[in-house]
Amino acid sequence: MTVALPVRGARARGATRRAAGARRLSTKARIGALICALFVVAAIVGPMVAPYDPSAQSFAPVDILHAPSMAHLLGTTARGEDVLSQVLVGLRATLVLGLLTGLIATVLAVVVGISAGFLGGFWDELLSLLSNVFLVLPALPLLVVLIGYLPQRGQTSTILVLSLLGWPWGARVIRAQTLTLRGRDFVAASRETGERTWRVIFFEILPNEVSLIAASFVSTVLYAIGTSVALAFIGLTNFSQWSLGLILYWAQNGNALQLNAWWWFAPAGLCVALLGTGLVLLNFGIDEIGNPRLREAAGRVRIEGRAWRPADPTPVVRSGSTRSPAARPEAR
Amino acid sequence: MTVPVEPVLEISELSVAYRGAAGDVRAVERVSLSLRPGEVVGLAGESGSGKSTLAYGACRLLRPPAVITGGSVTYRGRRLAGRSVEVLERTPPELRELRWREIAIVFQSAMNALNPVLRVRDQLLDVVEAHLSLTKLDARERVASLLDLVAIPRDRLRSYPHELSGGMRQRVMIAMALAVDPEVVIMDEPTTALDVVVQREILGQIVELKQRLGFAVLFITHDLSLLLELADRIAVMYAGQLVEVASAHAVHHGPAHPYTKGLLNSFPSLRGPRRELAGIPGSPPDLRSLPAGCPFVPRCGFATDECTKVDMVLRAVPGARDPGHVSACPFVAPGAQAPDGKGTVSEVAS
Amino acid sequence: MSAVAFVVRRLVFYVVAGWAALTVNFFIPRLMPGNPVETMMAKFPELQPQAQRALEAEFGARHDGSLIHQYGQYVVDVFHGNLGVSVIEYPAKVSSIIGATLPWTLTLVGVATIVSFALGTGLGILAAWRRGGWLDRVLPALTFLQGIPYFFLALLVVDAFAVHLGWFPIQQGYSPGLVPGWHWPFVQSALYHSVLPALTIVVTSMAGWMLQMRNVMITTIGEDYVLAAQAKGLSSRRVVTTYAARNAILPNLSGFALSLGFVISGALLMEIVFSYPGIGLTLYNAVTSDDYPLMQGIFLIIALAVLLANLVADAVYVLADPRARAGRSET
Repeated sequence: MTVALPVRGARARGATRRAAGARRLSTKARIGALICALFVVAAIVGPMVAPYDPSAQSFAPVDILHAPSMAHLLGTTARGEDVLSQVLVGLRATLVLGLLTGLIATVLAVVVGISAGFLGGFWDELLSLLSNVFLVLPALPLLVVLIGYLPQRGQTSTILVLSLLGWPWGARVIRAQTLTLRGRDFVAASRETGERTWRVIFFEILPNEVSLIAASFVSTVLYAIGTSVALAFIGLTNFSQWSLGLILYWAQNGNALQLNAWWWFAPAGLCVALLGTGLVLLNFGIDEIGNPRLREAAGRVRIEGRAWRPADPTPVVRSGSTRSPAARPEAR
Repeated sequence: MTVPVEPVLEISELSVAYRGAAGDVRAVERVSLSLRPGEVVGLAGESGSGKSTLAYGACRLLRPPAVITGGSVTYRGRRLAGRSVEVLERTPPELRELRWREIAIVFQSAMNALNPVLRVRDQLLDVVEAHLSLTKLDARERVASLLDLVAIPRDRLRSYPHELSGGMRQRVMIAMALAVDPEVVIMDEPTTALDVVVQREILGQIVELKQRLGFAVLFITHDLSLLLELADRIAVMYAGQLVEVASAHAVHHGPAHPYTKGLLNSFPSLRGPRRELAGIPGSPPDLRSLPAGCPFVPRCGFATDECTKVDMVLRAVPGARDPGHVSACPFVAPGAQAPDGKGTVSEVAS
Repeated sequence: MSAVAFVVRRLVFYVVAGWAALTVNFFIPRLMPGNPVETMMAKFPELQPQAQRALEAEFGARHDGSLIHQYGQYVVDVFHGNLGVSVIEYPAKVSSIIGATLPWTLTLVGVATIVSFALGTGLGILAAWRRGGWLDRVLPALTFLQGIPYFFLALLVVDAFAVHLGWFPIQQGYSPGLVPGWHWPFVQSALYHSVLPALTIVVTSMAGWMLQMRNVMITTIGEDYVLAAQAKGLSSRRVVTTYAARNAILPNLSGFALSLGFVISGALLMEIVFSYPGIGLTLYNAVTSDDYPLMQGIFLIIALAVLLANLVADAVYVLADPRARAGRSET
């Protein structure tokens, strides 16, 4: 009797499960993915289609703080700049920052997390200590202090600092998952058959953590965008580069709210809010793929028109099954 | 021989399906099974045969999308003094009274079935307080005596589940099941996760407790060999349907259904002549696409074209010593041999 | 590993982290490009030469003695509570400024965080138990709340309720003109001013807690022991609380602990928007006016406070999860 190699089985099972899961993304997740995709397209195309130079000022009275019009689709600022152009250009900077930070932080998190979980022992203790220390230090005050000290507050330094503070969350979660996987039979089996460590990591462990890593990436992007916008809003940013946060900074400084110049702060704010919502929804979808119990379909079960809760006893429906797959002869 | 006694649990034509977007998956199809007071009925079958679904469905413990699509479950416990209770028609509060006090369950994996953050004592107290109105002192004493029942030292009351060994945990599960004196105890593969030595201990304990307290047992397992020693009667399930019901003795020495023959052929017995183990080729069917007629046809050594037209009703086996011996296969008799020599059971002198 | 060893291990971690915070704080001004003292002297030409010498000593610009010696002096100073002197509020000591502003942040933000955790967790439990009910339909709105930047929502809230409707004060911690102290007019004014800030914090953080709790709860409800609890005929209430929620809340508890670090960061934005006299606003002012001693001092205090909060939360977790007491920690 042959022993089916559990190694292949787990890999194959994982792959088919993921493919099947992706096909069954809930509405929430699809909307999230759509929103994110739209923003990515807008970020790529934005600066090219911006009608004006975002920094082009004009102090002619007719151009100052003008509500949306044909000439300026999103109105103008207190210095006659076109809001639409600012948003289109700023979106790219903000998104690029978010994605780069997400990438760097996630790579760091994966490296640290998997190493800590897989190697165990001394390395685990050391890496866990390192990530816990970073986790525990308060992010925003540290950021404020660091960026306050730095003479140039450019994109690069912000990305670096944000990544440095953003990786521990993901590392912790990935480490926990790696620990669980390490104890699983299929990993033990592949080690028994002598597969080399890096192969085990790449072909057994990583594929089963894809949804976790993806969720971590999305969360980090969300955090990076939110934090960078917040930092810019309080004035800790590079003033020579337009970003969504910078628009809000100037809007706040120009008392846009009090002057009821909603067109100045609403677009940028809404962009951030919508992008954030899209990312959160996308994360939902990724969570649902990884954990089938969370799926909408699994939760909202309607039998006989009523939603059934976990606490309810098994419903009794005697009307006869609908669309039974196999024709069965009636026992008489 | 025996005076006919009313069954304490009577499952009649029960059907359970999992309702999905693509239609129903019939996990249990018109199963009838009855349990007499103090009797041990074994429910045997492969994984996915529907045996657990049957038991949990009868107690209405299956979660959506499981739906009960037909049949009845009648309970007649001694405490009900002659009345009978229709389980499928109880309201949730009524069901809660019925659960555990009348019908209790010993789950398969004790580690998963015990609350990890509660002490053993508190989990047992929960059950006692939910069903009996005792003073605090009496309740505690009862809980302590429950551990005595399963031979666990009383100082373990303060332990958490993860602090107990596997065997001890399973015995706690048994004590928990017996906490409020049920009439029926459903045991869902209670020893599958344990090693053989502990398995024997636990089984011995179960038998002794049953004799002492007099409850009926529905013992679910895939290991037919266990049932041959333990059960009074055995019911064999395949693809959600009953294929054979007989006394343990009859199943052991004269199984009628080819599937049962195959199961018996899958493990050696201590006594009797040596023979080749055959097992059953193939794998269980996909419940979403069952063939017409008997679901066992693809793997059956006796199969003919007639089998695709059979209606899977349990019929009395002609010539069987046990009058209650029924089988769903009208073509094969006990002791019959398959045309290719497979499906043979050696006749052991009883 | 016994419970004691586990606690000791955590304590060691906190000591190490605390030392790390101290050291980072010591090295930052020495590592940053530029000379902070020169910047300050240029900014505040009225500063006396003594001040310059003191500042130089503080920042090591004078390299008085070896680095080790300076570090030692710094550590000693910190343990004596001497965090230096502020530049913008010269000659007010950093420690007294912190002492005056920290309580404002702690009370408002602390209460708001606990309320949002309690509310969010409670709603999450409900949403999971009554799956498919109206709470599930509210979920998309909640995800929006999670995605929106805090200060944006805060600004909108201020605009709507304070500016336009005039129901609450627009900013500050209390009415100007009142003297801080434990008398009713002051306390009343403080409470009145805290409503909007607290509300914005609760609304934005609650969504996150609720979603997290809901997800964990859904997974927990699928566990065998919850089914077993139902099979035992226990009341729904008992099953939800002691069997399901009690287990589901464990990962959230450790998340709560970690979020305490973010509580103080969140306070920063809130205090800027509302001009609330807390430690976050003070830090912000210090940064924008390059008041290095104050900046450093506040950061150190914040870091230490966060560590302390985490330590307390760790202790709570060990009490809550008996498996953690056995030393088996998954965190």
